Amino acid sequence: MALLEVKNLEVKFGLRSGAVTALRDISFTVDRGQRLGIVGESGAGKSVAAFSILNLLSRPGYISSGEINFDGKNLLKMSPDQLRNVRGNRISMIFQDPMMTLNPVLTVGAQMVECLQAHTRVSKEDARKIALEKLKLVQIPSPEKRLDQYPHELSGGMKQRIIIAIALLLNPDIIIADEPTTALDVTIQAEIMDLLLELCTSQNLGLILITHDLGVVSQVTQQMIVMYAGKIIEQGPTKEIINDAQHPYTQGLINALPQQGVPGERLYQIPGAMPPLQRIPKGCAFHPRCTYAQERCEKEQPDFTISGGCRVACHMVEDMIKQANVPASEEK
Amino acid sequence: MTALVNIKNLYKKFPIHGDWLDQISFANGRFHMKREYVHAINGVSLDVQKGEALCVVGESGCGKSTVARVVMGLLSPSGGEICYEGQRIDHLSSNAMMPYRRKMQMIFQNPYASLNPRMTIKQTLEEPIRWHQPKLATGELKDKVAEVMKSVGVDPSWGERFPHEFSGGQRQRISIARALIVDPEFIVADEPISALDVSIQAQVLNLLMDAQEQRGLTYLFITHDLSVVEHFGTRVAVMYLGSLCEVTTARKLFAAPRHPYTQALLSAIPRLEDEKPDFIRLKGEVPTPVNLPSGCVFHGRCPHANDRCKREVPVLREVDGTQVACHAVEEGRLD
Repeated sequence: MALLEVKNLEVKFGLRSGAVTALRDISFTVDRGQRLGIVGESGAGKSVAAFSILNLLSRPGYISSGEINFDGKNLLKMSPDQLRNVRGNRISMIFQDPMMTLNPVLTVGAQMVECLQAHTRVSKEDARKIALEKLKLVQIPSPEKRLDQYPHELSGGMKQRIIIAIALLLNPDIIIADEPTTALDVTIQAEIMDLLLELCTSQNLGLILITHDLGVVSQVTQQMIVMYAGKIIEQGPTKEIINDAQHPYTQGLINALPQQGVPGERLYQIPGAMPPLQRIPKGCAFHPRCTYAQERCEKEQPDFTISGGCRVACHMVEDMIKQANVPASEEK
Repeated sequence: MTALVNIKNLYKKFPIHGDWLDQISFANGRFHMKREYVHAINGVSLDVQKGEALCVVGESGCGKSTVARVVMGLLSPSGGEICYEGQRIDHLSSNAMMPYRRKMQMIFQNPYASLNPRMTIKQTLEEPIRWHQPKLATGELKDKVAEVMKSVGVDPSWGERFPHEFSGGQRQRISIARALIVDPEFIVADEPISALDVSIQAQVLNLLMDAQEQRGLTYLFITHDLSVVEHFGTRVAVMYLGSLCEVTTARKLFAAPRHPYTQALLSAIPRLEDEKPDFIRLKGEVPTPVNLPSGCVFHGRCPHANDRCKREVPVLREVDGTQVACHAVEEGRLD
């Protein structure tokens, strides 16, 4: 059994106008040493998925059904005390904006010691030693100096390294990184991604990487999930999806990248925009923007079809695979 | 081809301590004047040719947005000249500037902040024409607004709506419409797609390319995204810490980057094809623009730097049709 298993997760947001479903039927697993990418546009629900793993959703959001099993125990049935032993100790999280995550009025060292002392019984001196060791692990220049510096004295890339060091303080099994490089420049982004990849292999960490950047996902992760309007539409090995995407939305996302187009020519574009959660269309949520949409797509929600190593939620792919399988069975 | 806009030896510095009253400090029983500056642009010379899309790329803090703002006249330069069709415009009074404002328009980065939330789309789009062509009849004005809205793919019947009723992509279309409505020749676009989602980015980029084709526009396109440059740009100027590193055509830049900084920048783009990130690591971090490094601003992070780079500021030199500011390239040390 996998270390972390998310099963049929459903998240709702209770609004004045009624409950809105932000996530439905989300299932995936992550083990130590595995790297999973979750991709989608803003509003697709990828961050909500990340937050709900550690039950960090704040009102009006709540998990309405599903299971999150970690090490054989359901996180959703745990008491706040038990959950606190998982957060940070076993699963830790890296947030998007390094400028907002660190406390501006405490030194880096104070924040790291605070985190260690909140979770384990260590003296301040020992905690500082552990903190220093982790700062060395994230390859920060002159780590001794950084412990006594305030966040405003550090650049964005260094802050993100410190946040990664804080996430590693208690030797977690899994790290959830929510858009860890979106606020950073390309050269810094490449360094941080390289560091995360290196740490995952050397420390045997599981990684859940949430991003909108398909390039980053293709370089860092082994498995990936593509989300649209709160649902998984395609899930499988990263290489397979990037090279041969089945779902029309994934294909569109990849073809819309400027690096895939011919310079000077028009880019492939997906018409329209993602619907807001209150107005998700009936049937396949993508059908109003899909060039292959048929009558069936407007009425029926597509189920997952297995295609190669991937799961795809699309009527067209389902039909294509059925057609491909019929002659093969007749031959027998 | 003639140059539409010339940027000649442009400098821009911002005082850190505000006005003179803020600069006064008291220490050791005496008053001091403390004057420090952020050197945002240091001697940038660029020509924008008619009909091209000149992309300015660089990391945050390199001064690319400041260049855009100085060219538009939103900031006044600390030194140097901006010429439009050979006419110097950087020192004009706001009245004398008026005809140029009609020819030059700007698209801003964040469509959530650049549209007035209290004005309907129609009011937003009508305002520039009322200002620049006050004699235009109301009927003609309405036709014009409808025509431009249609051309950017926004239904003219939505004119009575407010910006909050639109998605990010639609808002950026509206701000493009606002720039196009006075029939400009030259558009400065400051990161117009970086606040948008991937699938919407392609839509807006296509719209900008269509507008260029139909109206014969000239773009000064500011971006940090190199893959957009590869697709969209005619020529590219790479900036680092307020100075130009390399100016060349987009095709040449991606086929054979010359400057060590450009090489590092290109290798850092996450691409779909290659699996292992194999990028050029730069030493350290971007230095502060308050105390600029001596010599080449890049020397502290450059793997090829020598003593000359520490002393002497490199100037842009033509090498095989590419302008590069690098001693190592000039001496042939890179090959």
